[in-house]
Amino acid sequence: MNLWLILSVNSVTLGGLLFLLSAGFSLIFGLMRIPNLTHGSMFMLGAYFGVTCIAWGFGFWTAAVAAGLGVALFGAIIERFVLRRLAGAELAQVLVTLGLSFMVADVCLMQWGGDPISVETPPALRGATAVFGLAFPTYRLAIILIAAVIAAALWLLMDRTRLGAMIRAAVDDPAMARVVGIRVSHLFTIVFALGAGLAGFAGVIGGPILSVYPGLDQDMLPLALVVVILGGSGSLLGSLAGSFVVGFLYNFGQVMFPELAYVVLFLPMLIVLVVRPQGLFGRVTL
Amino acid sequence: MRAKLRRRSFLAGTAAAALPMPAIAQNKPVRIGLLTVKTGPLAQGGIQMEQGTNLFLKDRNNMLAGRKVELMVGDTGGNPAGTKTKAQELIERDNVDMIFGPLAAFELLAISDYVAAHKTPILSLAAAEDMSQRKPNPYFVRASGTSAQNMQPLADFAAKELKYKSVITISEDFAFGYEQMGGFQRVFEDAGGHVVKKLWPPIVTPDYTPYIAQLSGVDAVVQGFAGSNPLKFMKQYKDAGATLPVLGGGTAGDDALLKSFGDEAIGLVTASAYSSDLDTPVNKQFIAGMVRDTGAIPGLYAAGMYINGMVAEAALKTTGGNTDDKEALIKAMRAVSLEDSPRGPFHFDHFGNVVGSVYIRRLVKQDGKLAQRTIKTYQNVSQFWTFDEKWFLAQPVYSRDYPPLKS
Repeated sequence: MNLWLILSVNSVTLGGLLFLLSAGFSLIFGLMRIPNLTHGSMFMLGAYFGVTCIAWGFGFWTAAVAAGLGVALFGAIIERFVLRRLAGAELAQVLVTLGLSFMVADVCLMQWGGDPISVETPPALRGATAVFGLAFPTYRLAIILIAAVIAAALWLLMDRTRLGAMIRAAVDDPAMARVVGIRVSHLFTIVFALGAGLAGFAGVIGGPILSVYPGLDQDMLPLALVVVILGGSGSLLGSLAGSFVVGFLYNFGQVMFPELAYVVLFLPMLIVLVVRPQGLFGRVTL
Repeated sequence: MRAKLRRRSFLAGTAAAALPMPAIAQNKPVRIGLLTVKTGPLAQGGIQMEQGTNLFLKDRNNMLAGRKVELMVGDTGGNPAGTKTKAQELIERDNVDMIFGPLAAFELLAISDYVAAHKTPILSLAAAEDMSQRKPNPYFVRASGTSAQNMQPLADFAAKELKYKSVITISEDFAFGYEQMGGFQRVFEDAGGHVVKKLWPPIVTPDYTPYIAQLSGVDAVVQGFAGSNPLKFMKQYKDAGATLPVLGGGTAGDDALLKSFGDEAIGLVTASAYSSDLDTPVNKQFIAGMVRDTGAIPGLYAAGMYINGMVAEAALKTTGGNTDDKEALIKAMRAVSLEDSPRGPFHFDHFGNVVGSVYIRRLVKQDGKLAQRTIKTYQNVSQFWTFDEKWFLAQPVYSRDYPPLKS
């Protein structure tokens, strides 16, 4: 009985982390129509930036925000100077993001070495908190809270601001958005930077659980893909729902069908792709 | 440009070798090919392998048994196809006299037949049991040991000294994990213990908590993780509030991880062929050199390659520096018996696998730093542990379901 409760709470916390990772991925996917294969690298790069900031003496939260900003800047540069030149050539853009992900991995290896680096949990959030009479790591509960705050902020941005309205318009019909005077290419840069920054921020937030090591990028990218395909690209609600679905599938799948851990994770993705290609809440078909 | 030069020097080299002048053959350098991994998730171990090899050659001024040494490094990329390509380059283009590496079992298996066909001695760290058991390679030398070689003494220690009656094992879902836990289970159950459950998370598991939630109702947990996974596992284990004692194999508490572990790893008991607290002159010198060159305490990958260097050196002394007769060279390597090395005294069995000490260590905090403290040394540990070799080889190789769980 306790096992199921632990798994449920853990599913929610993993879902929270996955949401931070995949919200940006989903927006980029929805707007630019490309699966950004550097997204895992942005996560890892953010984590490494965070490690360096912490080593310089910054606090954990400052480091997380700084890493997010740093990665956002990196994302903006890539969009502005590389992807922009390939506008319209989606396949070329995907290949460029794939190539960049290998380059980032190599540079990280050179800069930070091959040893795994652990990120200290912020002192205030160490230890366990009792929920329903069971002990849960406080930090994981905090992740749920962070994810909720970010989700609310993103929702406000997308639903209540002029910028959000423009992004939604461009996701739904880029050609028409251009006609009415929205500078869609500017939106590309903004959304790409935002998505990269969120992933970088998530990298630091995930650090105390996952630690940072070469290969972290390739570990996280498939999870982001599953989330976005399940939930539907270009939709915040979709990535939120997808994150929690994957969180639950991951946790329960590994306990109930340990031999089939990957099947449990990827089979639903396959079914969704075949039956409902736009995803559960998607605005755009693949 | 570089390729051209290489091709030219290669041609010159083969031309010289074709002339019947043995004196010149003796003056040409000994060529050691190192197969390592410098990119991707295995790079951590691969880089340490290169550091260990470099330190050894530096300590010897690039001279072994009176001959100069040339090191050729090939980056396998951590996959079987890359390993095959690099092994071919080293053997056919660079004409290496021996190969150090590779790191992972699947890399080694991809080239085992090939290097045997070219009669090139190969000194690997890969732990696949059958390389020195049911499918031996006559040119294979392994100074580090098989997957289960550390786990069999660990099981003995857990049952007899720690008096544990029941455990759950958890290790990655691949051959190294199966073989480690198979060895543990056989010895632990022979000593009256009971392995209740064996869990196999995929190699890539960002979150171990679903598994950690299943670890209860036993005396201890045995983990066999490798690479960066031990770090993640111990942290998440502690965060989840789990309190059962944790035991582990060589990679699970590798000394190279000491700088990355946090306090959550204190109390971890592991069995390893290498321990940085071993107090011998050669180990002290090895650690001092590694700390000087890399700034950190070395672990079993660096130590493994340093030891391979010592094996090569001792064998070359036996052959008088001659590497042309490969049969004599591999025979000399397998006959090497050293009293002092970073892993203490060791020799080889007739399969070319090491017989040497296994250290049971407890991870402690000492002067504000994490360190290993050896609590028991098992001497002259063979890959067959105390079992009869014939009987052992007649059993199937340790696997996911062998030995089977007893209900």
